[in-house]
Amino acid sequence: MRILYLVSFLFFSGSCALRGQAYTVYDDFSQLETRIQQLSAKTTVVINFWATWCGPCVEELPCFEELTQKYGGPDFQVWLVSLDFKTRLEKQFIPFLEKNKLKAEVILLADQNADDWIPKVHKDWEGSLPSTVVISGGQRKLQQGQFANFEELESFVLGFLKTVQKVTGLSTEGSR
Amino acid sequence: MNFPVNALVLLAGIFLLSNAPREPQTYVIGDKADDFSLRNVDGRMISLADYPEAKGFIVVFTCNHCPYAQLYEQRLIDLHKKFNPRGFPVIAINPNAPEIVPEDSFEEMKIRAAEKRYPFVYLLDSAQTVFPRFGALRTPHVFILDRNLIVRYIGAIDDSPETAAAAQRKYVDSAVTAMLRGERPEPDFTRAIGCMIKRRK
Repeated sequence: MRILYLVSFLFFSGSCALRGQAYTVYDDFSQLETRIQQLSAKTTVVINFWATWCGPCVEELPCFEELTQKYGGPDFQVWLVSLDFKTRLEKQFIPFLEKNKLKAEVILLADQNADDWIPKVHKDWEGSLPSTVVISGGQRKLQQGQFANFEELESFVLGFLKTVQKVTGLSTEGSR
Repeated sequence: MNFPVNALVLLAGIFLLSNAPREPQTYVIGDKADDFSLRNVDGRMISLADYPEAKGFIVVFTCNHCPYAQLYEQRLIDLHKKFNPRGFPVIAINPNAPEIVPEDSFEEMKIRAAEKRYPFVYLLDSAQTVFPRFGALRTPHVFILDRNLIVRYIGAIDDSPETAAAAQRKYVDSAVTAMLRGERPEPDFTRAIGCMIKRRK
């Protein structure tokens, strides 16, 4: 009976993942770091650290969706890096993704050595959620806390890109 | 004629100084923390000066609503039970504005403390003046002070939020144990995932 239950559970969760939105699980921060290092010099990536259990994070997700829609492409990427627990993948994380159908790339970072990897994201970050890091031209800018609205997020990103003189190819009118 | 001009310059100087934007410095290791007076869930006002016998304090900014704070709740109870008899009580402070997080209201704090039988005080930073002074950013966020209120450790409770048993580095436990031996905590600063403190606008 227990085996039957287990099999049906696995089948159910498997089908959930298949039907649902794509996401990647990184068990080690180095996997995310490698992705960052592989970015081309002209690529900008906005990394939002969030979790389904974090109220202000979920509240600001639409801002990152709008950013993806307005600027997203090979040279402008938005990664939503979730700190949800892997053990609650089926119960909490996948249902959330199915319900919200996010456009930005979703990554679940399950590396438990937070004290080791948090400073690798940004030297000033101590781990509070939500937080956002923009990476471009080898430079990084950190926002600790929620963006009030899309305009605040947009000007944060564009302002940073101006300072790294990467404004070419990213007009304020957007790519569409 | 000279005097009033000088006085004016002096006044202008005082005006400028008093209006200069001054970022309040948050504590780093080795700083002396200011005492505070905050209301406990039992209605009493609590200060660190109320503990003349203490060898130090495990000050933790925590709250009701944050899942990470909830995961560490039992570990805080265990830390207090272990170290309070040895002179290191846990002093829990809720830094969140209840207008933003209703679950973190004083009434809800009372309910939580009673339900979980907190053996430690659970204080509300109602004016939100204490947590910015400490430089607390998230819940849970620990600051260990010695008997002279010198900050000796800032950071996480351990390295395994989800399961206490899997912790490989019990930062707070090791820090207090070191301090009881008369040694400095190592490490004295760690980072961890947690919920951003909800600040009144």
